[in-house]
Amino acid sequence: MTTLVAPLLTLPRLSARQRLGGLLLASLLVFAWLVPWLSDADPARQQLTRILQLPSLAEPLGTDHLGRSLLARLAAAIRLSLGMAMLSVLTAAVPGVLMGIIAGWRGGWLDRVLGSLADACLALPGLLLVLLLAAIAPGNFWALYVGIALVLWIEYFRLVRARTRALAASPQLEASRLLGFGPLYLFRRHLWPELAPQVLTLAAFGAASAILAMAALGFVSVGLRPPTAELGLMMIELLPYYHEAPWAMAQPIVVLFVLVLSLNLLAGRDPR
Amino acid sequence: MTRGLGRGLPALLLQRLLQAGLVAWMVGTLTFVLTRTLPGDMAYRIAAGRYGHDMVDTAAAEAVRAELALNQPASSAYFGWLWDLLQFDLGRSLVSGEPVVRELWHQLGHSLGLAAVAVALSLLLGPPLGLAAGLRPRGMLDRLSEVVASVLRALPPFAVGLVLILVFAVGLGWLPAAGHGRTAHSVLPALTLALGLAAVSSRVARNAMADVSQSAYYAFSRTKGLSDRLTFMRHGLRNVAVPVVAYLGVQFVYLIEGVVVVETLFAWPGIGHALVHAIVARDVPMIQGTALIMGLLFVLLNTVVDIVCHLLDPRRRHA
Repeated sequence: MTTLVAPLLTLPRLSARQRLGGLLLASLLVFAWLVPWLSDADPARQQLTRILQLPSLAEPLGTDHLGRSLLARLAAAIRLSLGMAMLSVLTAAVPGVLMGIIAGWRGGWLDRVLGSLADACLALPGLLLVLLLAAIAPGNFWALYVGIALVLWIEYFRLVRARTRALAASPQLEASRLLGFGPLYLFRRHLWPELAPQVLTLAAFGAASAILAMAALGFVSVGLRPPTAELGLMMIELLPYYHEAPWAMAQPIVVLFVLVLSLNLLAGRDPR
Repeated sequence: MTRGLGRGLPALLLQRLLQAGLVAWMVGTLTFVLTRTLPGDMAYRIAAGRYGHDMVDTAAAEAVRAELALNQPASSAYFGWLWDLLQFDLGRSLVSGEPVVRELWHQLGHSLGLAAVAVALSLLLGPPLGLAAGLRPRGMLDRLSEVVASVLRALPPFAVGLVLILVFAVGLGWLPAAGHGRTAHSVLPALTLALGLAAVSSRVARNAMADVSQSAYYAFSRTKGLSDRLTFMRHGLRNVAVPVVAYLGVQFVYLIEGVVVVETLFAWPGIGHALVHAIVARDVPMIQGTALIMGLLFVLLNTVVDIVCHLLDPRRRHA
């Protein structure tokens, strides 16, 4: 297990921009998981006598058009977005990496079948596929999740397949194989250490696109349903109050921006 | 020239044709599943959507049932559905009763207009900025444009649109916030899409320019006495154009996705707006029609990119 995790932890020295991204993401995580501990506000509790209030001691970020605590709602929305992003990245990365290794290693008909499967999933622009799935199961978290994961796995597959193909022909791997080491050893010692940093970069980009996709669907009222605290949904709900409460409308935009920016920074250079 | 162009291109076009077929099949199948899996009696739901909740009776529901072949077993209805699709018979909208093809024709013009202005604007903004930045890597302009591009890339198109509305429509009052009709209406939605596109294309152009300007042939051209301008025109432009155009193919994903949200935000009567409305109203034939057109448009635009890359890059022709 440690040999699997080690390449992920002992990354080549992080650049300044990646450190900044990690710092931003960490502070968002701390915010999202500390808020329910420190304040007992329910993200769905309405107080219609106290709508669109300015930030105060009782409500550090003010309230929305239904008197709901923006602090609690933003924390819940970040948890939802990040949870969804982690889940879809994991379900996309694991089969994507495995299939990429198999396709790159074995080649032949299996490679062609998996390759065409990936092309088929890319035939439609990703959001269109997610929209159609969202139409089949409206307001369903799982439909969004399946759609996003279905779009995301292809990048892992393509990258890993190309790298595996190059590595499979390399002398160091040839030597290990001739010494009689099995596929598991070859994967642990030769493939994974090479693949891990790039897979991690893709994971950060993938998490950002998953978050953006969910917010975009929420924004056009096709994604999750109210009263769920979701960033895109909050934006479109607060849009009519841009005049009375610009600070309230700005909050979900800023949070989404920082969230995606931190992941983009963390990813470092685009491998594509 | 024409003989060289012929090599490799037919195979590429065949591949795109296959992709178009795949798009049609996927959209058709997904929308068919959609008609079958919605909870409750689909015929009543659609009849309610079409005639209003008070006007639904059994006769109306039965008419809808027969029209959508909901009274047939799934397998035969599925092939009937695909057969209709093959003949480009998309049926009638369940909300307006108009043939879907006519509605699409109307909306497609609006969407294409918006997309064309957005792409043109992004090409005016992005690549020139990228070229200027790439000529002096790590210079002031390079750093500044990188920060701006990172900020724009972290903002989804609808957030960019919201900010533009707040600044130019609400704050300054220069442009209308939403709607359609006058030229002024198209400025903000097109600018929203163009900024997102330009953020990426400026970086692609910058990296390409930085590579080219550090290459041996570029240095040699300077050494043999060509001016900066002439060196760029002869050796820079085409080499930078190839990755920028090739990357446009990737950016069309962003464009198509952006059209959906930006049209909805700005109430622009195009295909993306129609798709979102159709999903909200459960207008299945319209969902199928709009998704199909957007998918096919995506394939078509990519085909154009393939052909332009072929024309620009002689290496591809002879490979």
